[in-house]
Amino acid sequence: MNVDVMIAALPKLLEGAWLTLQLLFISGFFGLLLAIPLGIARASRSIAVKALPFAYIFFFRGTPLLVQLFLVYYGLSQFEFVRESPILWPVLSDPYWCAIITFALHTGAYIAEILRGAIQAVPHGEVEAARALGMSRATTTLRIVLPRAARIGLPAYGNELILMLKGSALASTITLLDLTGMARTVIARNYMPLETFLMAGLIYMIITFVLVRALRFIEHRVSAHMRARPGGAVGVEPTG
Amino acid sequence: MPSDTTAPETVLAVEDMHKRFGDIEVLRGISLEARTGDVVAILGSSGSGKSTFLRCLNFLETPSAGRIHVHGEEIRTRRDAAGMLRPASHGQLVRLRTRLGMVFQQFNLWPHMTVLNNLIEAPRRVRGLGRAEAIEKAEALLEKVGLAERRDYYPAHLSGGQQQRVAIARALAMDPDVILFDEPTSALDPELVGEVLAVIEALAEEGRTMLIVTHEIGFARDVSTRALFLHDGRVEEDGAPRDLFSNPASERLRKFLSRHLH
Repeated sequence: MNVDVMIAALPKLLEGAWLTLQLLFISGFFGLLLAIPLGIARASRSIAVKALPFAYIFFFRGTPLLVQLFLVYYGLSQFEFVRESPILWPVLSDPYWCAIITFALHTGAYIAEILRGAIQAVPHGEVEAARALGMSRATTTLRIVLPRAARIGLPAYGNELILMLKGSALASTITLLDLTGMARTVIARNYMPLETFLMAGLIYMIITFVLVRALRFIEHRVSAHMRARPGGAVGVEPTG
Repeated sequence: MPSDTTAPETVLAVEDMHKRFGDIEVLRGISLEARTGDVVAILGSSGSGKSTFLRCLNFLETPSAGRIHVHGEEIRTRRDAAGMLRPASHGQLVRLRTRLGMVFQQFNLWPHMTVLNNLIEAPRRVRGLGRAEAIEKAEALLEKVGLAERRDYYPAHLSGGQQQRVAIARALAMDPDVILFDEPTSALDPELVGEVLAVIEALAEEGRTMLIVTHEIGFARDVSTRALFLHDGRVEEDGAPRDLFSNPASERLRKFLSRHLH
């Protein structure tokens, strides 16, 4: 194994890693925005309200990410109105945006499902207490249910983020030079797949490590209410 | 509203409340009138409908029939598809709920908020109080329930008795006309029951109007001004607690008392 080759490949791979992070965070941001209304609707008891998010989530969880990516990148350009639209075509002819849109739709479905579970795990009594105090449905959702659900769902969300990091490697199949795509480009020149892919793998691991630490930090920050009080037991045993 | 200087005003009037769960009729026509300062103890064995009755008053459960008046204002209702009564106006429902405070068996504090934030949340979001004003009031209430120094604790860091006292303060923060207690001490360890009962008793002495569903017979006898014994969704006995407990008219109440009075 040639360490020099690995180091030589580093600048290009870091360039690719930067694209990977963009794909991850931009799609993650929009996915989260999408997931909040979807997750809330999915947790509804009304069949009319939850039907659409159910179908959406069923599709995006039921098909491979690669198929979804190809549908958006290759599939949508089959429609003439897409190619002729001055708004759609600049976006959908660009693999960068195709990847971000697909990843956002995909991760949005998973996050919505995580959120649904978390919303349903909020103890009903806490919601009743809000209702009994005269809070409207919207206020209760915003002030009680969502903050509680966010804490409950955070570990699962972190897991989804990490899965998405690795899923983003599929962007390389639609010409993007993300970390994986860049590794393949480098290999085409240096013919050193072992060293290059190892280096790429190492970078993925480092990103994952940082993400895990960051998520744990956030979890710690928002869960003060779950921990023993610093300074020991003053006022006593948790109940419930 | 006509008001009489001698007789206390009727705060809460319930007429002929019914509640069905499917084919089972849990409440079979309960009526109740509470005047300012009344402390009504509601007793009954499990399944008698006493908690359901309380929960129907603020529409946490939807009654299937009945009328509710708060301070003479009738809560307008409409029937939903399942034949249950829903409040017709959201504004009126909010008004009803802010007038009827509720204390739950399981406390139901919001665990992600500190004690202080639990207390100021509803006054701020529902009544639109300013933060400073809400805090000032919350601190006074915490003082009253003896937990002023716990204002920055999270509920999980308090004992059950302390949590229930916070829950009582949270209900008081809305300035309710009536406080509904749904078995407030049933989830507590025996040694913590006393501190919660003491707070409720202090409220009774202040002249607060309260409905208390409870199994604490001794407490009901000493603190309440009136006691209701429910059986099978109906009011079996209704009277002054001393008469009721020393001279139960029905065999059922006699049996119930002998089971609960050790």
